[in-house]
Formats: sequence, structure tokens, C-alpha cells
Amino acid sequence: MIDAAIVNEFSKWLAATPLSHTIQTTGWIIPTLQTIHILSVAVLFSSAILVDLRIWRVLQRDAPLPDVARRFLPLIWPVVLILLVTGSLLIIGEPRRSLLNTTFYLKMALLAAALALTGLLQWSLSSAPGFWDKDRGRRIAGRCAATVSILVWCGVIFGGRFIAYTQAG
Amino acid sequence: MLQLQGLISYLENSALADNIRENDLLFPLIESVHVLSICLAVGSILVVDLRLLGLASTDRPVSRVTQGILPLTWGAFVVAVASGGLMFISNAAKYLGNGYFIAKILLIGAAGLNMVIFHAINARDLPKWENDPRLPLSARLAGGLSILLWVAVVACGRWIGFTMQPG
Repeated sequence: MIDAAIVNEFSKWLAATPLSHTIQTTGWIIPTLQTIHILSVAVLFSSAILVDLRIWRVLQRDAPLPDVARRFLPLIWPVVLILLVTGSLLIIGEPRRSLLNTTFYLKMALLAAALALTGLLQWSLSSAPGFWDKDRGRRIAGRCAATVSILVWCGVIFGGRFIAYTQAG
Repeated sequence: MLQLQGLISYLENSALADNIRENDLLFPLIESVHVLSICLAVGSILVVDLRLLGLASTDRPVSRVTQGILPLTWGAFVVAVASGGLMFISNAAKYLGNGYFIAKILLIGAAGLNMVIFHAINARDLPKWENDPRLPLSARLAGGLSILLWVAVVACGRWIGFTMQPG
């Protein structure tokens, strides 16, 4: 468990840095960062869900699953970088809003799970194109993984919005 | 104009709008659904735009790219409009007085118009060139314009949150 007093001190220190001061006092920076942050989430979530829906055979049935995965999943990693940079700057601008907020840690845990699942899907399909189509068990496992992926990404987005409503005073 | 004002106050005074205003959990939940659906709508439209620009999915014909994605785009768009509508009726007069809200609605209209014009111009000869990695200028323009418009829609959406306090 993270020591709340240390996080509190760290948040205070962070909020007193010149960078944090600039972000706090320049009106357009936070909405701009949030816009880029949301657009990054849009790319990540849409890419992941298009592969998940292909696993469920809902969309893009005319294209083999490994092709769909190759089109959408590699793009995720550079966009994750943009997500982390804009997210970090938002934390630097308002440290207490997130660092002293349980919702923020829940969101980070869900994001880690979402990215791990995406990495697993990408790795399995590039090492063995028929990985999720080998037998009935694998097909069911694939659909379970796709469902969990969709739910976890939804959780990330709900968590992100709820940070604003659960922040410490 | 008077009728519009009547409709707006009718919506604002409805029990549903009252619930969204008074319930602490309802507004954030609707807002989360709105962000989620906008992410899917914009993200999936981007796939088509990047294909039109010749930057992604170039080994697939345009019509197959759109067919594989449009059900998600339209589904997400309908949910975004419904959730956006619920947020709107909870504070209709305030939203209508917000420049970013008006800009967002106009930009969505412009994005729709861009799509309609693209189809009108290219509907007939699309099969001739849709397999090419590099598409005609009109298609590339439509794709580029669409990206700019949707980025602006998301930006306006975020700015609404900073320029008006719901409740």
C-alpha cells in the first residue's frame, strides 16, 4: 500500500514546480492536453475493439483475423506513448486530482490489464496466425479474451471520467 | 423562435432532465457513455480517413474498409447523440448559450456534409480507383478534412466542460 503522507508531500512538491505552475496558469493547456489524451484513447480503444469484434466474427469477417490484428494492433504502442506523456503532464498540472484519488489507481490498473491483453493478442497472432482458431477451446478462450478486453477498455474510460468527480478537495 | 424556447423549457423541466440534474451519479455516468461512444465513432472514422489519405489499410479497397467499420461508427454515433441529448436537456438553455457547444454542433454538421459530398462526387467512379493505394485528390481532401473536423469536435467537447458548470 502506498503511504498517503508521502504521496501528499510528493503532490505538493510537484504542484510547486515551474512546469506545474505553467500548466495551472495557462488556461488553454489543460483542455488541449485532455483533447489529445481523449483522441489517443479513441485510437487505442477503436483499434482494440475492431480486433475484438473480429474475434467475435461481428465485423470484418471477410478479412483473416491475423490481418486485422496486423492492421490495428502495432499502431497501439506509439499512441500509448502519447497517452502517457499527456497523462503525465495532466498529473503534473494537478497532482492532487489524480495521485490522491483511488479512481486514478483503478484506471491505471485497468489500463495495464487492457494493454497486457492487447500485447497478448498481438503476440499470439504474430507467432501463430491460427492461434485462436485451433480448436473449440481456443475459440472460446479467444472470445473470452476479446470480451474482457472490451470491458476493461470501457472501465478505463469510465475511470478517466470519474477521476473528475472523485478528486480530493 | 418562441416555439423553440417553449420546447427547450419543456425539456429542461421534464422529470428526466430533473433527475439528471439532481442525481450525483447520473450525469457522470451519461458523460462517460458519451466519451466512450465519441471515442469509438471518431476512432473508427479515422480508420476510413487514413485509408482515403493513403496512410493505412492501403492493401484493402475503400469500400471494404468502410463496410467493415461503419456498423461500429453508426452504432457509436447513435449512442453519442443519445447521451449528448440527455446531457443537453439537463441544462438546455446554458448549453445553447455556450459558444463551444454551438461550434461543436456546427462542426458535426460540417463533418456530415463532408461525407455526403464525398459520396455524391465519388459514388459512380469509386469502383474504378478504390483499389489504388493513392486515391484522387477529392478523396484525399475529404479524408484530411474529416480528420480536422472530428479533432475540432472533440476539442470543442472538452472546452464546453471548462466554460460552463453544469447544475
